[in-house]
Amino acid sequence: MSAAHMSEASLSEHEREEIDTHEQRAFGFWLYLMGDAVIFALLFATYAIMIPGTDGGPTGKQLFDLNNAAIETGLLLVSSMTFGFASLQVKAGNRGAVLAWLAITFVLGAAFVFLEVREFAGMIAQGAGPDRSGFLSAFFTLVGTHGVHVTMGLIWIVILGAQVALKGLTMPVASRLHRLGLFWHFLDIAWVGIFSIVYLPGLL
Amino acid sequence: MERPRENAHGLRSYLIGFVLAVVLSAVPFWLVYTHALPPQRTLLVIGIAAVLQVLVHLRFFLHINFTTTPRENVLALVFTALLLFIMVGGSFWIMFDLHARMAL
Repeated sequence: MSAAHMSEASLSEHEREEIDTHEQRAFGFWLYLMGDAVIFALLFATYAIMIPGTDGGPTGKQLFDLNNAAIETGLLLVSSMTFGFASLQVKAGNRGAVLAWLAITFVLGAAFVFLEVREFAGMIAQGAGPDRSGFLSAFFTLVGTHGVHVTMGLIWIVILGAQVALKGLTMPVASRLHRLGLFWHFLDIAWVGIFSIVYLPGLL
Repeated sequence: MERPRENAHGLRSYLIGFVLAVVLSAVPFWLVYTHALPPQRTLLVIGIAAVLQVLVHLRFFLHINFTTTPRENVLALVFTALLLFIMVGGSFWIMFDLHARMAL
């Protein structure tokens, strides 16, 4: 992104190639995210259709906890912002600050996954697992898919944190951080859908 | 190098996005906590707040706009939105129609 602001003339052949590669990969990754958006949208549609299919089992109103959903929402939103701060420090070339913001983002994301796993475990323990009803199958598939994405994002943060520490903020590492940022912000958008379609209407 | 100014601009973008997102999350959560509005109205507010918040995230966190974002990225986004509309809208149409027929 910042590369676009530099004057083209001052770039060597090699630097220009690296920028082209970066832009191609950013576009390819964007296409992947659009495909992921389609997957999430269809899981949302499936969930919405399955809401009445509780088979006499527990409903969302009995199972969901508004406080838990609110805390998860806050954690993910703050982590999206702290990842933004990491991206700004990448542009500023400040390696230590990048690592610090990535670490904070990781902790927030890990807390989110912890709360989600605890919620799932609690539901399964009271007999409301994904095998109980169509509604619960759809719930675990949708929310679980999002949770798996966040977990993958956490692993990715660790890998890129290690690269920043070992290799420094080289062009390829900065390019990878940019794509991880797209992924992480995208997950927060998917979560907006989850609390707006699953938790809030469920508890209304 | 314009880095400091660019950074200040970027920082402002994230902070504005964050504040807007907090408001757009807090309002629907607060309505569900307090039951201040009838359920139908609350659902409407949840839906509107969600759409607005998605737009806020796209604009302030993913920095999508119509000037600096490459055109093919915006096209892919618009095409995806069209696909979602057809697939989600079509699923609802079919399933609710089927539901109504089964009930008869």
